[in-house]
Amino acid sequence: MTSYRYDYEVITQWIEPGEKVLDLGCGDGDLLKHLMQVRQVQGYGVENDPDKLLASVRSGVNVIQMDLEKGLVGLEDGFFDHVIMSLSLQAMQNTQGILREMLRVGREAVVSFPNFGYWRHRQSILNGRMPVSESLPHQWYNTPNVRFFTIADFDALCEMNGIAVHERLAFDEGKLVLEEPNFLASVAVYRLGRIS
Amino acid sequence: MAIMIQPQSVGIVVPQKARFTEPLPLRSGGTLDDYELVYETYGTLNATRSNAVLVCHALSGSHHVAGTYAGDAGSTGWWDNLVGPGKPLDTRKFFVIGVNNLGSCYGSSGPSTVNPATGKLWGADFPFVTVEDWVESQARLADRLGIERFAAVIGGSLGGMQALSWTLQYPERVGHAAVIASAPKLTAQNIAFNEVARQAILTDPDFHGGHYYEHGVVPARGLKLARMVGHITYLSDDAMAEKFGRSLRHGKAVYSYDVEFEIESYLRYQGDKFAGFFDANTYLLTTKALDYYDPAFEHGGNLNAALARATANFLVVSFSTDWRFAPERSREIVYALLHNRRNVSYAEIDSAAGHDSFLLDDARYHALLGAWFDRIEV
Repeated sequence: MTSYRYDYEVITQWIEPGEKVLDLGCGDGDLLKHLMQVRQVQGYGVENDPDKLLASVRSGVNVIQMDLEKGLVGLEDGFFDHVIMSLSLQAMQNTQGILREMLRVGREAVVSFPNFGYWRHRQSILNGRMPVSESLPHQWYNTPNVRFFTIADFDALCEMNGIAVHERLAFDEGKLVLEEPNFLASVAVYRLGRIS
Repeated sequence: MAIMIQPQSVGIVVPQKARFTEPLPLRSGGTLDDYELVYETYGTLNATRSNAVLVCHALSGSHHVAGTYAGDAGSTGWWDNLVGPGKPLDTRKFFVIGVNNLGSCYGSSGPSTVNPATGKLWGADFPFVTVEDWVESQARLADRLGIERFAAVIGGSLGGMQALSWTLQYPERVGHAAVIASAPKLTAQNIAFNEVARQAILTDPDFHGGHYYEHGVVPARGLKLARMVGHITYLSDDAMAEKFGRSLRHGKAVYSYDVEFEIESYLRYQGDKFAGFFDANTYLLTTKALDYYDPAFEHGGNLNAALARATANFLVVSFSTDWRFAPERSREIVYALLHNRRNVSYAEIDSAAGHDSFLLDDARYHALLGAWFDRIEV
């Protein structure tokens, strides 16, 4: 995935200076490095891909190799202020498990994902082809994504699992979408908490 | 990023010796009043003395980390694939030091050297030495060399324990620490393997209570057995299966206790080779140092509390098929560092070679170490 990263700006706004942040699927460590620079966070990344892990070490961020499908075993309850998963949730099998784990080790979770219900994606399906777009850049036969869901689906999942949606922002290729996000937004960014 | 060059050897190296006459207090009680440390250095110490890297060795290692000795082309150092110009631990940037630990048999004071107080070989009278004692002695060598603070301390296995211990005993003197294929303490199973090895030596009729030098013999059978047991645990089941499988020397069973399966041949060869040059007393002492290491012990078993002192930036590395120092043990270190909000990265390298992986030049492993060392400012 190239520089499809305007969700970084939203995420940054939700992080307070000096927080403890865990970034799941941190890739080459870009977001963490950004947060370390502008928010002075104590940041840790999690990555299971050896090449990306190496890239993170190269960029000088803390990165822990871990298989997210097995949860966040070993990390302490409530240790992090924010646990972030940027554009990776759709590539995980254990969707509910990782959400539960994020809210176990973090006070809040920040999740962004491509909205499968985006109108261009719907149009593509109506035309008989699986969607390929800026937010879903892969072909059906080589996509790392294993879960295809919409903003409405995710809202329902949160409700079902007792996850509080503290904030949600939706975007159409970089522009904020206020109306009909499930139809007009290609990416959504959520700030989630535990219902106390 | 350093200019890329073809990785090279550090070339011909010459070991050096330093004598210390200020008593070294030991964890086992008592002191070593007069001792020597043998060491090698590679690269050049910079003007600000900020580029020193200490390489700690494991059970059978030595100060001879890299390069070769003049006139002996086969004398390549044990971590030569890591250390040199253009290698992951680049001697164009760093001043690298390898020290032979006390109690060893490669030149530093140990059971097979002369006790200055008696003029006789130490033998079994050489005191128990621990990981912490080694770090103390290494710190004195650093003082001698004018190194106040190491840019990094690195070690694998028992060497990793020393690297970790450095960050706890002298946090202000270690900028970075690489703890590889190591553990915060041995498990009962691990100690059990060491005990079998020790019993093999201790019950060898040629052991003579550790004073075998005086009898002109060495407990070679015991040492051979010890090494054979050790060797099994350094390899993975898969690596052994791939290398030897059930291959039979005669192509079929001949119903004999001589070598039939190739794995038997391999283990006997490795055992004999080792018994030919290693010292049994050193093997005993060093396995005990492994067993004793447990920084959490004096914190009621709480590793989080034990590692609170560490301030270094850590790299922890484990290998997927290493069951002697399993990835789980490395993760314990990582979690405890995380608890203390320390800078730490952790990689679990996919490797088929078991514990021995840390000595091999797996591309991914070395790229990671190279990237990590590259980030260190000197």
